[in-house]
Amino acid sequence: MSHGEFVRQMPFNSGSSSVRANMWQRLHIDPALFLLLMILTAVGLVVLYSASGQSLATLKRQASFFTIAYVAMFFVAQVNVDVMRRWSPFVYVLGLVLLVAVLVAGTGAKGAQRWLQIGGFRFQPSEIMKLVMPLATAWFLSERVLPPRFRDVGLSLAIAMVPAVLIFNQPDLGTAILVAAAGMFCLFFAGLSWRYIAAVGGLVAVAVPIMWFFVMHEYQKRRVLTLFDPESDRLGAGWNIIQSMTAIGSGGVEGKGYLQGSQSALNFLPESHTDFIIAVLAEEFGLIGVVGLMILYLLILVRGLVIGMSAQSTFARLVAGAISMTFFVYIVVNMGMVSGILPVVGVPLPLVSQGGTSLVTLMMGFGILMAISTEQRRLAR
Amino acid sequence: MWQQERRYIKDPSAEAELYQGRAVFAIVVITLIFMLVLSRYVYLQIFQYQRFKTESDNNRVHVQSLAPKRGLIFDRKGRLLAENISSQSLVIVRERVPDLEETLSRLQALLSIDEKEVDDFRRRLQRQRPFEEVPLLFDLDEHQIAKVAVNIHTLPGVEIQAQLVRHYPYGELFGHVVGYVGRINEREQKSLDPENYSATYSIGKLGVERYYESQLHGQVGYQNVETDVRGRILRVLDQTDPIPGKDLVLHLDVDLQRAGYEALAGRRGSVVAMNVKNGGLLAVVSSPSYDGNLFVNGISSKDYAALRDSPDLPLFNRSLQGQYPPASTIKPVIGMAGLHYGTVTPRTTVRDPGWYQLPNDTRFYRDWKREGHAARINLADSIIQSCDVYFYDLAYKLGIEKIHEFMTSFGFGVPTGVDLTSERGGLMPSKEWKKRVHRLPWFPGETLNIGIGQGYMLATPMQLAAATVALANKGQWIQPRTMQKLGELAPMPVRRNTLDVDPEHWAVIEQAMFDVVHGEQGTARFAARGVQYDVAGKTGTAQVVGIAQGEKYDSEALSLRQRDHALFIGYAPAQDPQIAVAVVIENGEKSAEAFKVAKAVMDAYLLDPEAEFGGYGQ
Repeated sequence: MSHGEFVRQMPFNSGSSSVRANMWQRLHIDPALFLLLMILTAVGLVVLYSASGQSLATLKRQASFFTIAYVAMFFVAQVNVDVMRRWSPFVYVLGLVLLVAVLVAGTGAKGAQRWLQIGGFRFQPSEIMKLVMPLATAWFLSERVLPPRFRDVGLSLAIAMVPAVLIFNQPDLGTAILVAAAGMFCLFFAGLSWRYIAAVGGLVAVAVPIMWFFVMHEYQKRRVLTLFDPESDRLGAGWNIIQSMTAIGSGGVEGKGYLQGSQSALNFLPESHTDFIIAVLAEEFGLIGVVGLMILYLLILVRGLVIGMSAQSTFARLVAGAISMTFFVYIVVNMGMVSGILPVVGVPLPLVSQGGTSLVTLMMGFGILMAISTEQRRLAR
Repeated sequence: MWQQERRYIKDPSAEAELYQGRAVFAIVVITLIFMLVLSRYVYLQIFQYQRFKTESDNNRVHVQSLAPKRGLIFDRKGRLLAENISSQSLVIVRERVPDLEETLSRLQALLSIDEKEVDDFRRRLQRQRPFEEVPLLFDLDEHQIAKVAVNIHTLPGVEIQAQLVRHYPYGELFGHVVGYVGRINEREQKSLDPENYSATYSIGKLGVERYYESQLHGQVGYQNVETDVRGRILRVLDQTDPIPGKDLVLHLDVDLQRAGYEALAGRRGSVVAMNVKNGGLLAVVSSPSYDGNLFVNGISSKDYAALRDSPDLPLFNRSLQGQYPPASTIKPVIGMAGLHYGTVTPRTTVRDPGWYQLPNDTRFYRDWKREGHAARINLADSIIQSCDVYFYDLAYKLGIEKIHEFMTSFGFGVPTGVDLTSERGGLMPSKEWKKRVHRLPWFPGETLNIGIGQGYMLATPMQLAAATVALANKGQWIQPRTMQKLGELAPMPVRRNTLDVDPEHWAVIEQAMFDVVHGEQGTARFAARGVQYDVAGKTGTAQVVGIAQGEKYDSEALSLRQRDHALFIGYAPAQDPQIAVAVVIENGEKSAEAFKVAKAVMDAYLLDPEAEFGGYGQ
C-alpha cells in the first residue's frame, strides 16, 4: 500500500527508491504481494515436509510445482489488462465447451470425472474456470452501467452458475463453490444492491427449514447431520474430522514442535499433506502458528483488495476484488472444514496444500493481480 | 441508496468510489470471519486441549499382548513329554482387510477351509484387540503356505505367522495322563481371565495339561507399539516381557508307561504304577489311547468321530474314570480288617465246601472253585488261593459298617485327589448309601459280595494302586501325584493317612501276598515264573454279568464283552517295596494276564540298569 501512495505522490522518478520501484514495475511485479507470497510458499514447504512424513521427494516435487507456478504468475503479469478484458468472453466460452467435454469424455478417479485428456496432456478445465470466471463476469459487468440493474444481475448470475453447475455435476462441490463465488463477488464489487443481498439471504433462511422438514429424505438429513456432528459417525464419514480435530486440539497453544506431530506422522490424519495440512501446522506449531498463518493470509487479502482500489478500470477493479475474495473463500472453507465447523468439501489450503494444479491456478490469479497493480503505475507515470 | 443515484451513462469515478466502499466493507467482513474461524481454533487448542491431547496419545500407542511360552513337561528322567514347536499359521488383521467376507470366501476357496474353522475364527475375532492378528488356520503345510504366498499381494491384511504350538513327542503313549491343549472354546472363554489369555489360543483340556493349566500357561506380556492408522507398527515403545509358564517334571517314566501300554497290547484296560515311597505316579496307562497332537490344532471331525464311535472307547480314561468291581484284589484289605478289629485271628479257620450259606437263608454263595479249597481254610491260605467262602464268612462277621470304615481308610469310595482331571470316586457302599440311593435297607447277603469285591462295590485303577501303596507301606495311604517338580517350587505336600495297625498282622498279610506270587498254591504262581525279584500281590477276576443260582461260569457261552475282567495288584520288591502296580484288563478273563502286565512295568522300573533300584534279582 505504501508503494502505491508513494508512486502517486511522486509521479516523476527521482532518487534510489523510485529506481527500485521502477525495476519492479518493469518486471510487472507487485513487491509487497510478491514478498507475502514468498513467505507463504516457504511456510507451505516447511509444513509439507513434515506432513509428508519428511519425504524429500514430495518436497522436491512441490518445489518444482512452485517454480512452475511462479513462472506462470510472471508470464500472466506481463499481459496487458485490456487484452485480458477483450479475450475473456472467448476464453469463457472455450472453458464451458471443455467443461461439457469433461462430462462427456472426461477421465477421473473415485467416481469423479474431472480430467480431460488431449493427446498426452491431461488437465482440469474446472481449474481454468476458476481464473476465467472473475474475468468473464467482470467483463460483462464493466460493459454495463453500475450499479447493475435487475436484468444485468440475472445475466451475471447465469454466467456464474452455468459453469458452477457443470462442475458440481463432475462432481466437485469445492470447485463449484469457488467458481460460483468468483462470479458473486464480481457482482458484489460492482455494487449489487443491498436489497438483493438481503433478499437472497432471506430466501435461503426461508428455504433451508422448508427443505429440511418437507423435502429431504431421512438418509440425506443424516448425512448432513454427520457433517456437523462428526462424533455421531466415528468410524465412517466422521473419522477424518475427528482425527483432524484431535491433531489441532492436541497442538495446544505452542504446538508439539516441528516434525513432532504424532497425528500426522503416524498417519492417523487423513490427507495430511493435501486438504488437511492445516491440522499438521496446528498440531506442530499450535495456536501461535495458526494465528501467524492467518495474519499472513489477511495481509495478502488486504493487499489484493487495495490493488483493486487503485486500479485504472472497472474491469480491473472487479477482477482484483473477485480474485482476492475467491482466495478468501479458499482459506475459510478449508480452515473451517478441517476444524469441524464446515462440511468437508475438497478445498485445499491455498499455497500450502500439496498439489500442482491448484497451485498454478492460484499463482496465475496473483499474476493477474500483479498485472493490474503494475498497469496502474505505468499510467500514473 | 445507489438506486436513487442511478445514471444511465457510465461514471468511472462513481464506480471507483463504489468499489472502495465495498472493498473496505469486505476487509471488515474478512477480518470478522477470520476471527470467527480463529475462535474455533482457540476453542480446540485451548479449551479442548486436554481432551484432544489424551485422544492423540491413545491414537498412536497400541497395546499388544504377547503370549507367554507354555511350560514344558518332562518325565522323571528329563525326557520331553510336551514341547512347543514352531508352526505356521494364517492370520488376519481385520482393520487391514477391506472386505472381510470377500477375503474369507477367497481364502476358503483357496485353502479349502471348512465352515467350522471360519466359525471358530469369527469367535476369536470377537475378542480381538485393535490391529491384532487373529489366526484363521493353524499349522499350514508347505503346499498351503505356497498357495497363500502366491496370492498374498491381493489379500491385504492376511499374513503367515510363525507361532509356537504344543507337540507331544510320545503321541498316544501319554494321551490320557498328560492330556492335551486345544483351542479355547466358548464356555472356557467365559471363565478365563481375558487379560492373561489375550494372546493365547490354546488351553489345557485334559490331564496334566488341564490340571496345571495356570502354572504352565504363565503370564501374558505386553508391548506398547506406535502404529499408524493402518496398524503398521512403527516402533515398539516399551515391552513387558511375558513370564513363561513353569516347566513341569513328572514322576511319570516313559519306559514304564511304554512297558504297560505295550503289555496291554491294545486290549482295553488300565495300568497304574506308583512310587511306594512318595506316591509319585510312574505310569498311568489307559488303553486304547489317542494321540493328543490330533487335538492341538482342532481335531478334524472325521478323526474325532472315529475316536468317539470306537466300541473300545479310546477317549475314556480308564485309569481314573473306569469303575470296576475290584474283586479278589481287595481280599488282603478285608483280611487286614478282620485282624484289626479282632474278628478273626491268623489261626481262625472256616469250613469250605465250595459254597457258603447264611443262617436262615436258602441262597448259596458259591466259591469260584466249585469243590472248595480245603476242608477248613485259614486267612493266609484264603488270600493265597483266593478262597471266596472264607471272605463271605469274614465279611458277614465284620458287618458292612466296619468294612466300610476300614475300606474307606484305604481310599475306596472317595476320589484319591490325584492331580489329574475328571477322576471318579468308585463306590464303597454303606447302609446310608443304600437307603439314600436305592431307598432300601441293607441286606446281609450284600455284605458277603462286598467281602469278595463284588456287588455294589466299584473302584478305579487309581484307587487300587493307591490302596496297594498303603498295603506296601503297612497302612500308610499316600495320595497319588503326577507332579514331581514345578518350576523352582518344591513338590506340594501330599495327603497321607496312617492306619495304626499291629505290625504282626501286617506280617501275615504281606507273607500271604508274597505267596500269591511265589507260593506253591499262589494264584499267580505260573505267570510269575522267571520273575527276578520278589513280588507281593493279589489277583482278581471280576464278574461282569450276574450268574444265576446253580449256573456255572462258561466263558465259551459268554460273548467277548461279558467275560470277566482280569485284575492284579502288587508291589515289589516284597521286602523293601519301591513300586506298586494295579492292572485291570477288561474282559481279560485270566488274572495271570493282568499279572504279566504288572510284571512288565515292574521290570522296567526294577531292572532298569540306570535306575537307583537297578540290580534287583541280578
